[in-house]
This record gives sequence, C-alpha cells and structure tokens, in this order.
Amino acid sequence: MLAINYISEALASIGRSTMALFSAIGRLCIFAASAISHMFRAPFYPRELAAQLLKIGYFSLPVVGLTTLFTGGALALQIYAGGARFNAESVVPSIVAIGMVRELGPVLAGLMVAGRVGASIAAEIGTMKVTEQIDALTTLSTHPMKYLVVPRILAATIAMPLLVLIGNIIGVLGGFLVGVYRLDFNAAAYINNTVDFLEVGDVTSGLIKAAVFGFIVALMGTFSGFHSGRGAQGVGQATTNAVVAASVMILASNYILTELLFPS
Amino acid sequence: MSTDPKITLKGVQKSFGSNHVLRGVDLRVDKGSSLVVIGGSGTGKSVLLKCILGIVQPDAGEILIDGATLKNREEFLSHFGMLFQGGALFDSLPVWHNVAFRLRQGKAKLSKADAQELAIEKLRRVGLKPETAFQFPAELSGGMQKRVGLARAIASEPSVIFFDEPTTGLDPIMAGVINELIREIVVDLGATAITITHDMSSVRAIADNVAMLHAGKVRWHGKVGEIDASGDAYVDQFINGRADGPIESVR
Ligand SMILES: Nc1ncnc2c1ncn2[C@@H]1O[C@H](COP(=O)(O)OP(=O)(O)O)[C@@H](O)[C@H]1O
Ligand SMILES: [Mg+2]
Repeated sequence: MLAINYISEALASIGRSTMALFSAIGRLCIFAASAISHMFRAPFYPRELAAQLLKIGYFSLPVVGLTTLFTGGALALQIYAGGARFNAESVVPSIVAIGMVRELGPVLAGLMVAGRVGASIAAEIGTMKVTEQIDALTTLSTHPMKYLVVPRILAATIAMPLLVLIGNIIGVLGGFLVGVYRLDFNAAAYINNTVDFLEVGDVTSGLIKAAVFGFIVALMGTFSGFHSGRGAQGVGQATTNAVVAASVMILASNYILTELLFPS
Repeated sequence: MSTDPKITLKGVQKSFGSNHVLRGVDLRVDKGSSLVVIGGSGTGKSVLLKCILGIVQPDAGEILIDGATLKNREEFLSHFGMLFQGGALFDSLPVWHNVAFRLRQGKAKLSKADAQELAIEKLRRVGLKPETAFQFPAELSGGMQKRVGLARAIASEPSVIFFDEPTTGLDPIMAGVINELIREIVVDLGATAITITHDMSSVRAIADNVAMLHAGKVRWHGKVGEIDASGDAYVDQFINGRADGPIESVR
C-alpha cells in the first residue's frame, strides 16, 4: 500500500514537472513570436539598439578574444601531439583553422556571451519587472517588447557573428603563435597552409551559428527577466535560468545546425 | 462640475492563487473629481489601480472608461499619468530623461534642450532643485525619488492621473507641498485623479470623495466632508488610527 503511494506520488511529480516544462516552452514560443513580430512594426528605438550593440558586442570582445586565443593555442598543441602518432604534424595549421572557425569559435563565444550578456540582460530586465519599471513603461505609452526586448535580440544577433569573426582570427593567431614559437613551424608556411585549406563555407557556417546563438542568448535573457519572480530571489533565479537554458540550447542547436550545414 | 462617470468598476475580482485580493469592487469616479482610496496595507489598493490600467487582468467584473469598456488602451494611456508606489524610475536614465520620458518619444518629440528645460520646471513644482535633473535615480533619497516619479506622472499634463501613496516617506512640510500640488492639478487641469494614501491629512487636502477598501470590497464610499460622521466602525477605526476595533491588526 505504502509502495503504491510512493510510486503514484513520484509519477504525479514527474507529470507535474513535465507539464510545467511544456507550458514554459509554450510561453517561450509565444514570447519569441511576439518579439519577432515587433521587430517589424514601428516605433523603432535605434538609440537603444546602438547602446545594446556597444554593450553586447564591443564589451564582450576581451572575453571572447582571450577564450579563443588560449583555445587556439591548446588546439595546436593537441593536434600536433595527435598528428605525430601517424607522422601528420603538418595538418596542424589547417585543422586548427577549421576546428576554430566551424566549431570552437562560435560555440565558445556563444557560451561566454551567454554567461556575460545573458545573465546581465536577465538581471536588468528582472529588476525592472520587480521594481515596476516595466509597468511604468507601459503607462508612458512605450511598449516594453519594442523598447527592451527587440533592441537586445537584434543587437545580440548582429553582434555575435562579428564577435565570432574576430574571435576566429584571434584563435587562429593563438594556434599560429604556438605553432611557430613552440612547435617550430615556419611562419610563412603556417599561414599559407591555413589560407589554402580554409574554405568560405567553413567561415560562413560558423557565422550563421553565431547569429543563432546570439538570438538564443538575448531571447533567454529577456524571457527569463520578463518572467522573473518577485524580489531579489526571483531575479537571481531568473539570471541562473537564463544562463543555463541558453547554454544548453546553444549546444543542442549547434549539433542540429552542424547536421544541417554539413549534411554527410 | 459635470457628473459623468470617468471610471466605473462593477464587481471587479482578482485573486493570486488562493489569495483573494479583490472580491467584487464597485466604484465610480466622476470626471474632474478626486477620489482617495484608503484601506489597510495589503488590501489590494495598488492591484486595483493596475486592474484599471489593464496591467493586471481582473478575473471577473467590468471596468468602464467614459461609460464603455476600453477598446484602445494606447489612446487612453496617452492622456494618462501614474505615480507608482515605489517610484519605478528608470535607473539607467538621468532624472531629466525620466521626467520627460514620454515627451522624448513619438512624432512630436521634444529636443534634448527643451526636454531638460521642461523637466527642470516640473521638478521645481515638486520641490526639487534644478541640479537634481542631471543626477541618476540611484543617487537620490527615497522621498526625492518619489517626487521625481510625481514629476514624471504630471509632465505631459494628463487628464487621468493615479497617485499610489504620493506622500509616504516625505517629511510633513514636503507632504503638504505635494498635497497642494495634487489638488492644483485636479482643479486647474480638470484632471480625474485617484490617489491612494494612508495619511489622513492628505485625504482631507486632496479628496472630493473617499472610498475605503476592506476585505476585497468597497466598505464605505462618500464625500470627504462626511467621513467623520460615516457611522461606520471600520472607517472610524482607520481614520483615528486605533489599534482596537473591527479591523484585525494581524492581516
Ligand atoms: N503580481 C502579484 N502576484 C502575486 N500577488 C500579488 C501581486 N501583486 C499583489 N499581490 C498581492 O496582493 C495583495 C495586495 O497587494 P497591494 O495591492 O500591493 O496592497 P496595497 O493595498 O498595500 O497596495 C498582497 O497580498 C500582495 O501580496
Ligand atoms: Mg500599495
């Protein structure tokens, strides 16, 4: 009798959390659709967009640059060690470049930006919600979706590919520095090898990924902020949710995008 | 004064989960009149204002503006101003931009210089110095933030205006200034106002009519002059601030 109670209790709780998950997904889809539809309807707030581009794009440069620089370096060491097992050390430049541009650049930048920007968007909007600033916007004839959400999503979607482009260059540079100064590659040969093997599709696929990741980060930040609970605790929870959800969604969508962009 | 109702509430109900905040509120605010809503804290006065604005969706009941349910909320909000209980200033913007926020939007948008000038004038009316205009909300005291919120609410000379606890956190002299200002706005601009307050001197200074909210309903509604002789034990206890009476002190 007791066992049955426990089992039914456990099943009920699984059911409850499943329902909660589906209702959250439903709300997220409605939120995303509404955000996209507001992108195309006036009024627009170009000043807000510019401010967010600066905040999301420009100020993320150091984080993304450092991440890709060290990763590019480590990648060169690993590929050299792996390549040495079948006398293929010469693949280092091209594999570093391809790995960076197609995969590590966008994913690492996405995750770093999720931590930096996603969290700050969620905390800012969550605080605005908790302190009634979002209600105040409405009473001042300003649509919160247009004024707060659209500029952030647009800015992140535009800024991420640019960030990743710069991150890619720095990452390849990291590989180059390690290759030339640690692994004794010839500098000119390293550059030639990189340029010869890299295709345009490698770069553009990474930038498409970056745009999608930027959209995800800002969407999850704004969505969590708008649905923040009350008080400081609510805002803290919203921030955590934004970062965790955006990170998982970046990794999952990265797999899907890779399948779609490089059908085997 | 005309007696057309500007705002009418019929049986408005709102619950948050098992917390039944409003249990059928009936209320009428005449055009160009000033209604003060009193009631213990947590009785749903702020929620009531948000229901009228449509920021909070009521569960049941009807809210009429000018005798009809609101079709075009944006139109209504363009002649509307509100002071929020917590100020609700935008902390990323300097004070002048907060005050002139609405006037820096849309087609007839003011230039930066004009907006600053207008903001300084509105700040003066709520007893704040011109320097305040260039500070950020976080640099101000609670009472100053409240007054900036008030300046923002009146900046575009709205025809309907809500004040949620305008004098809470102000010293008695400043409270007197604000009471006078609110009265002036109603008389001079002919605005329709709803004010929430706990301060009986505010009630007497601002109100044409008073409504007392208790247990999710309007307990008493009448002219401000009748409040002392309401004959209602709840109203008497509230306006005299007695600890013992029909209103429980634990709520
Ligand atoms: N968004 C909300 N979610 C849940 N409960 C709320 C919300 N807003 C207000 N409440 C609850 O409604 C009740 C009335 O709140 P409020 O209108 O702020 O009271 P007051 O009369 O002091 O202004 C309180 O119990 C409060 O906890
Ligand atoms: Mg309140």
